Parts: sequence; structure tokens; C-alpha cells
Amino acid sequence: MSILAQATTAAEAALTAADQKSISAAGYAGLAYGLATLGPGIGIGYLVGQSVQAMARQPEAAGMVRTTMFLGIAFTEALALIGFVVFILLKFV
Amino acid sequence: MTSPTHVEGEAPESMIARDMVKKAAIIGPILIIAFGFIWGVHGALSTAYGLAIVVANFVLAAAMLTWAGRISAGFVMGAALFGYLIRLSLIFLAIWLVRSASWVELVPLGITIVVTHLGLLFWEMKRVSLSIAYPGLKPTSASKESTSK
Repeated sequence: MSILAQATTAAEAALTAADQKSISAAGYAGLAYGLATLGPGIGIGYLVGQSVQAMARQPEAAGMVRTTMFLGIAFTEALALIGFVVFILLKFV
Repeated sequence: MTSPTHVEGEAPESMIARDMVKKAAIIGPILIIAFGFIWGVHGALSTAYGLAIVVANFVLAAAMLTWAGRISAGFVMGAALFGYLIRLSLIFLAIWLVRSASWVELVPLGITIVVTHLGLLFWEMKRVSLSIAYPGLKPTSASKESTSK
């Protein structure tokens, strides 16, 4: 009887450990996603700030600046997207 | 007083976004068929969904920047930063809503988002850098008018 009780307690303890592990993994995946969006956020802010300054200095080049700014934003955003995809794959697959 | 972001004619972001949609229409079927072979029908559907997310992201970004550019340079800054947050949230929501649907395969969906986003950008960057380096090679409305006469 006591052996059965011990086995049940051990199984419960193992299940709880697995649950805790998955919860902490989800937490770390979320933290990684948050960190992955931080860098691109700073990058986009710097990029757009410099582009606006360039447009103010040379309004005749605004078309070219806006073109390269748009591509720059999209490239910087790719980093956040990669972080997001890694988060999704870690959390759900 | 004119805004320094004011550009004569069509906004460059809209042109880039339209060009990217055309390019996505070219590579989309190839990617869907290729991933369909690897992951089956669900993989093909997930690839199509991922492709739609990427294209919608580009179009939304272009629309927001074009709209902000018509107002002021400071607004471009706000639209770029808040647009980044809004679009990331929308992508998150778009995937979160379908994550447990029967037709969704997360691996091809994730690969499609990253590969298509970067692939379309590099393709577009090649065209843009060529047109900036050699503007004479780019057909303009003036040259079109002279040929039509």
C-alpha cells in the first residue's frame, strides 16, 4: 500500500516538474521575443530620425531618402520577425 | 510652408509596396507548391497564409508612411515607430488566432514569413539600388512622353 502511495507521489512530482519546465520555457520564449523587438525598435527610431533630418537638410532628395528609409525599416523589422517566428516555434512546436 | 517630406507625384513607399506585391505574386505560387510537396495541403495553406501576412504588412507600412508623409516629417517618425508596434501586434494576433486550427502547420508558416520578407526585400533592394545608382536607365514619364510622340 505504501509502495503504491509512494509511486503516485513520485508520478505527481514528475508531472509537476514537467509542467514547471514548460511554464518556464514559455516565459523564457516570451522574454526572448521581447528582447528581439527591443533592438529593432531602437534601430527604427534612429533610422527614421536620421532620415527626417536628411529630408530637412535636403528637401529635393526627399524621394530617395524616403525610398531607402522604407527599405531600411523593413530590413530592421525582419529582425523582430525572426525573433517572433523563433518564439512561435519554441512555444507551440 | 511646404513640408520637407513632400514628394512630387506618387509616394515612393506606395510604389515599392506595389512592386513587392507583384513580386510576391510571382514567387508565391512557387513557394506554395514547394512547401505543399514537403508538408502537404496544410503546409501549402499555411504558406499562403504566411505570404498574405507578409504582403499585408508591407502594404500597411507603406500606407501608414505615405499618409504620415503627407502631413509632416514629425508625423513620419510617429507613424514609423507606432506603426512598427501596431504591425507586430497584428502579425502576432494573426498567428495567435489560427495557431490551433487544423489547417495550420507552424513550421512552414514561420519559414514563409522570414524567407518571403527577406527575399522580397533583397529583390526590391536590388532594383532600388540600381535605379539610384543609374537613374538614366530608369524609364521616366518624360522619356515615355517623348517616345509616344
